[in-house]
Amino acid sequence: MRLSSGKCGYTNAVTIITKTAGRRKVFPCGAIVVIFMTMDILVCMKQVPDTQKVKIDPERGTLIRKGVPSITNPFDESALELALDMREKTKGRVTVLSMGIPDAECLLRDALTLGVDRAFLLTDREFSGADTLATSYTLSTAVNKIGSFDLLLFGKQAIDGDTAQVGPEVAAHLGIPVITFVSSVLSVDRAGVVVDRIVDGGKEIVRASFPAVLTVVKAPQRLRIPTLEGIIESFERPVVRLGALDIGADTGRCGLKGSPTRVKKIFTPSIHAKVRFLEGSAEEKALGLCKVLADRNILRDRSVPEDHGGEAG
Amino acid sequence: VTDGRTHRNIWVFMERRLAQGPPAGVGPNRLQRGPIHAVSFELLSVGNRLKRSLGEGLVAVFFGEVGGRERAECAEFGADEILCLSMDPALERSCEAMAAVLGRAAEERGPSILLAGATMLGRSLMPLVAVRLGTGLTADCTELAVDEEKGLLLQTRPAFGGNILATIVCPGTRPQMATVRPHVFKMEKAAGEEASSPAPAEPRVVKADYETGLIRIAEVLETVLEGEETDITESDVIVAGGRGLGKPEGFELVGELARRLGGVVGASRGAVDLGWIGAARQVGQTGHTVNPKLYVACGISGAIQHVAGMKGAELIVAINQDPDAPIFQFADYGIVGDLYEIVPRVIGALDGGAAD
Repeated sequence: MRLSSGKCGYTNAVTIITKTAGRRKVFPCGAIVVIFMTMDILVCMKQVPDTQKVKIDPERGTLIRKGVPSITNPFDESALELALDMREKTKGRVTVLSMGIPDAECLLRDALTLGVDRAFLLTDREFSGADTLATSYTLSTAVNKIGSFDLLLFGKQAIDGDTAQVGPEVAAHLGIPVITFVSSVLSVDRAGVVVDRIVDGGKEIVRASFPAVLTVVKAPQRLRIPTLEGIIESFERPVVRLGALDIGADTGRCGLKGSPTRVKKIFTPSIHAKVRFLEGSAEEKALGLCKVLADRNILRDRSVPEDHGGEAG
Repeated sequence: VTDGRTHRNIWVFMERRLAQGPPAGVGPNRLQRGPIHAVSFELLSVGNRLKRSLGEGLVAVFFGEVGGRERAECAEFGADEILCLSMDPALERSCEAMAAVLGRAAEERGPSILLAGATMLGRSLMPLVAVRLGTGLTADCTELAVDEEKGLLLQTRPAFGGNILATIVCPGTRPQMATVRPHVFKMEKAAGEEASSPAPAEPRVVKADYETGLIRIAEVLETVLEGEETDITESDVIVAGGRGLGKPEGFELVGELARRLGGVVGASRGAVDLGWIGAARQVGQTGHTVNPKLYVACGISGAIQHVAGMKGAELIVAINQDPDAPIFQFADYGIVGDLYEIVPRVIGALDGGAAD
């Protein structure tokens, strides 16, 4: 066993906590901070269409997906950056897992160039058409197959579906704690993490012991850029493809078959009524706007900021 | 396995806002759940509409005790029953524990529909419940209706950054679970339609205690409430600025207009990414979805991802120098011009017009 001093922001810790064969032992100790850290972090990432570049066919009212580039879900990039940052501070290993079409390998290749240790792609016809319940079942089955992790990181949501459900649902399948909408990690030690999370009307400091799931909001720190060295080194590491059989998944719980929800209809939002431009000089335009606001009763009772509209009308 | 007869009733999860505890409460930084969140009444209003189509009951589901005035409010919004779930008070801030209790209650009592607000709490709690119940969950619905033929809940939600709408059904498992963002539906009292009808009957109050079972939870160490004004989704008026402001100081002008209109400041992702204003203000797909009565977009071009977050506003006004900016496709009123010339004059006119 190697003991190394951890740079994890703990100054008053009075315990040494070690991990032996997946079980935690707590040793009482003097006022010395010695932390044995080998964190195993999993980051779940998704390839998504760049929804900013999706366009609507004005005549047929359908979605034009042709030529829309695929990108890594931006929130997942924040999760990956957080994982790489934590690995630097604690030593350990970062594994990336994705589920998608074979083309999603590009995302994992990119992650490998940043120094990710292992990359797995869940790709199988059986997985297609999955809603969040089937997706989270498949991911959690894969997690159990790949190994044991201290921390599972997800972006808070993917920009194509925007459900924010897969991270918490994976935690529920695995029966481990989840902290959603994490904005920063305050400290890490052998026992667990302490994080800042956003809640309705404020923020919370929350602690979870390992293993745990975190879903992260977009971090101010952007995902790092690969070095030439990193790119060359990444060629040695494979993207491991896994199908339903490889992870021992019950195919009745995967893909469309395992999805309780069905899409009944897809349609485009009705086009907005035509804009009315306010014309004239700057003064006339400004007065025109004030008149609109007055006509719409927007100006009524607005002299003071309202409290929060919580009272039933 | 499941049909409409084995599962009945529409459940609405009644969320309580975080509030400071009583002065002699449990100590600093210990908050308790306080007043009922407005979104819960919005959901009762929807549930009341659905229950008439389905011929089922409407149940307001609380954790903990419910006050007398709250019971009357639930009645006004059409609740037939109030279900009070009790659990170990030490666990009541834990989503994992709440999910365990709500899941067990649903298993035992068999609701056909379970609705919750798409708040941070609802969005964290409902996925855990859905997995426990092995059922589907549709997030951020903008429309809820009943398929008259099959009695299924039709759940419509935006996808692909608001580029399309999808109607989702959950045919084979129960309950049919959905979340809805605050302000998407209006609060409508049940008795409002028939003025002559007598005051609604007081709902039946059912108390039930469930064990959480063995679970691992994340522990809340501290909660910090921030000013109301930072929760931009709650405001009826939002004045938002984008890259077109040209400089971070532009938000002072935007803020001034917001203040005069009794609203709050919002921002596009472009402005947030430039560091001109905090991410809490960001409106759009990767920020907040807002549904205010008035949205004024100043110097915002109107990328789809921004529009996805604000097009639910009742009245949209766009001020932009570029007459071809996409934002005008979504606006009710447009002003083409320099916002530094227009906005100060609007503020001036509002001051001048305050007397009438």
